[in-house]
Amino acid sequence: MSLRMPEPDTAILRRRPDIVRALRAIVPGDSVIDDVDALRPYESDGLTAYRQPPMVVVLPETTAQVSAILAWCHAEGVKVVPRGSGTSLSGGALPLADAVLVGMAKFNRVLGIDYADRLVVVQPGVTNLAVTRAVEERGFYYAPDPSSQIACSIGGNVAENSGGVHCLKYGLTTNNVLGVEIVLMDGEVVRLGGRQLDPAGLDLLGLVVGSEGLLGIVTEVTVRILPRPEGARALLIGFPDVEGAGKCVADVIAAGIIPAGMEMMDRPAIHAAEAFVKAGYPLDVEALLVVELDGVSAECDHLIEKVAAIARADGSTTLRLSRDEAERTAFWAGRKAAFPAIGRLAPDYYCMDGTIPRRRLPEMLEHMRALSRRYGLDVANVFHAGDGNLHPLILYDANIPGELDRAEAFGDDILRHCVALGGVLTGEHGVGVEKRDLMPVMFSEIDLRQQQRLKCAFDPKSLLNPGKMFPTLHRCAELGRLHVHQGATPFPDLPRF
Amino acid sequence: MMPVPLRPTSSDELIDIVRALGRGQRLAIHGGRSKAGIGCDTPDAVPLDMTGFAGIVDYDPAELVLTVGAGTPLAEVEALVRSENQMLAFDPFDHAPVFGRAAGRATIGGVVAAGVAGSCRLSCGSARDHLLGIRTVSGRGEPLVAGARVVKNVTGYDLPKLAAGSWGRLFAMTELTLKVLPRPPVQATLVLPGLDPERAAAAMALAMGSPAEVAAAAHRPAELGDGTALTALLLRGFGPSVTAKRAILDRHLSDFGPTVLLDGGEADIFWDGLRTLAPLGDDLPLWRVNVPPSRGPAVIASLGAQGAQWMFDWAGGLIWLGFDGDPALVRAAAAQGGGHATLIRGPASLRAQVPAFHPVASGPTALEARIRRAFDPAGIFETGRFGGAT
Repeated sequence: MSLRMPEPDTAILRRRPDIVRALRAIVPGDSVIDDVDALRPYESDGLTAYRQPPMVVVLPETTAQVSAILAWCHAEGVKVVPRGSGTSLSGGALPLADAVLVGMAKFNRVLGIDYADRLVVVQPGVTNLAVTRAVEERGFYYAPDPSSQIACSIGGNVAENSGGVHCLKYGLTTNNVLGVEIVLMDGEVVRLGGRQLDPAGLDLLGLVVGSEGLLGIVTEVTVRILPRPEGARALLIGFPDVEGAGKCVADVIAAGIIPAGMEMMDRPAIHAAEAFVKAGYPLDVEALLVVELDGVSAECDHLIEKVAAIARADGSTTLRLSRDEAERTAFWAGRKAAFPAIGRLAPDYYCMDGTIPRRRLPEMLEHMRALSRRYGLDVANVFHAGDGNLHPLILYDANIPGELDRAEAFGDDILRHCVALGGVLTGEHGVGVEKRDLMPVMFSEIDLRQQQRLKCAFDPKSLLNPGKMFPTLHRCAELGRLHVHQGATPFPDLPRF
Repeated sequence: MMPVPLRPTSSDELIDIVRALGRGQRLAIHGGRSKAGIGCDTPDAVPLDMTGFAGIVDYDPAELVLTVGAGTPLAEVEALVRSENQMLAFDPFDHAPVFGRAAGRATIGGVVAAGVAGSCRLSCGSARDHLLGIRTVSGRGEPLVAGARVVKNVTGYDLPKLAAGSWGRLFAMTELTLKVLPRPPVQATLVLPGLDPERAAAAMALAMGSPAEVAAAAHRPAELGDGTALTALLLRGFGPSVTAKRAILDRHLSDFGPTVLLDGGEADIFWDGLRTLAPLGDDLPLWRVNVPPSRGPAVIASLGAQGAQWMFDWAGGLIWLGFDGDPALVRAAAAQGGGHATLIRGPASLRAQVPAFHPVASGPTALEARIRRAFDPAGIFETGRFGGAT
């Protein structure tokens, strides 16, 4: 494991019995876990290459308890790592040896549904899918649908600004959350946003969404719900080359169509998926698109013909249009099973998450093939084609010494190239520990220091989820320094009118 | 020293300006001055003219991404994207007509900094939802980059969200990257005539909860028009979709009477009324009240009795008020409704006494102040326009 986390503070580790006792005074019963075996399930999240048992786990169930825990830890200088369902793919919930892990699983209630204002108020431990389940009988749903939606929590979605296959049309979490209650590291409880659009003041809600558990612990979330579209239809489109598929995606958007989902798979991913679920995918193509249109049924029927015509003009060699729900589901079956399908090809795989401008896709894949040869590791690609979000899956065997390191170096090179092509390090999985050390590839030292000053505004002692997102930890006092230029001549030699 | 207007044309020039500021000097950022009438007058601050940062930096319609200088006129940006059958989906709101001036003066940077959006904000999101990346110069005199030029990105804190609606109090934006979307080829406006405010809000809620994908929902009471209240629903899409959406709405709204299709000219007049706010007259102080949509009728029930003129947008969640009564009544009604009220237009004497933004009784004021100081430690962008620096 190449990643360095902050050195555990031995003074804190020596105080562990006192810390456990203090937490038990706040959260009674068996909700404070300090038994070594019982801590084991918390030692990693969805980024399983990294493991670290926490010092102690606490499972509060009220905002007052969260506030008391954080206030105590703040006063005592004890670090805290928040955790939702533990499905982060970037190590956002990776514990620290000298930190209290605050698990939010007991915040599992839907608090209110308001159909007139089209919103739901939930506790953060409620799963993403449970929000939709709570409102579907009235024809509503919650739009963001990360692939882990049966397990991932809304609190985690807020922390990571989670997306899903439908986010080109319906947005990420940040576009679908109206308000949160959040506890700051010093125990202060703050409400951001509310039940209306555009609350007063700075958009602190927008800042908190996607902040990866570094700014506070969310204890309540208000999300917007949407009426379920009247219908949905999908196309399965195969191309003899990636360029054709890429052109098709661009031409669909140029025709004024924003599909509900537009997914691409490359040849290795297609073959793996077909072998796994027998979805009926063509095996003689280099790239496969699944395009889904939703909305009023008449629109789906109208647009599916337009997309089909574009696909034909762009040289598709396979073109199937769903005629019913069963067929639409079948088109998706292979895509939805792509990760486990590729997982069967090797003992381990490493899922990357960069975004590029879509037009750069062919050269990105060419570069990836070259890297694959250089590192001697296979890679399969699943791609949210509509928004340029790549998910290369690097295949490796962790039992072969050095192979994890090679997979990680391969992944780093992919992400560096994403940035070089005008893209970003992460489209939806977050920085966490995984991409932390790559942040300077995308941001200058000035940019990173400014982002850390925001962290300091929320958490001046840097106790909340340290070691994530930022490659270098600066002390807040050092970042706060201001070089005031006094006595200088104001505005010398500047254009005026 | 008399304030000297400054018009930098590069980040380096702007950095020099910030770094050369003397103690206590303030910069009042402006673009087209379309919003100059909002907030207190700030005679002591040095005007910082951002129109030197004008021009299209990059526009790739197929990528749905547009990068422009912050001082580019909104009219120029909208004409460009329209030429590619695209749009800024957040329906940018130009304040110039509200102050009796011709539209087109606003700059894209000003619109985004004010975080304002028009009728389609209800379905498409606001400036915050479409701002992907920014280049700025902070109050520290440092060049700052955040976000990116791709539509999907979660790398680092989402500073563009903070920028939208910051009103120039964190940094000066020099360049913006915005998400653009295809412009729907067909639109139609359906109206339900003669509803009272309660019934109008109920009809709009029902429409928004239907699968008809209503783009905008607004209500103009009888007093403001030709004597008939109109509740309007905007449908957009491809030809066959708009026809189908109309049929869905007719089914869902059968309790509210038959819907009527406005002809294009009538529809333009109706929606223009929500852009210019001309139906509310130009002599009353103008307020913008944000509440949850279901609370709209209660807000206007109390203020209407005091003589306020009003219109609903955003299905009742945005109330435009013309009201020359006690400002405290507006703020109390907005707070009672679970929202807030912004004073948009009024005589200087009123604006000197009544802050533009709703004073926050409780909430994250200390946190907000720390965030402001993180970007602007000396408060060079705190001109006093929105009250004392926090």
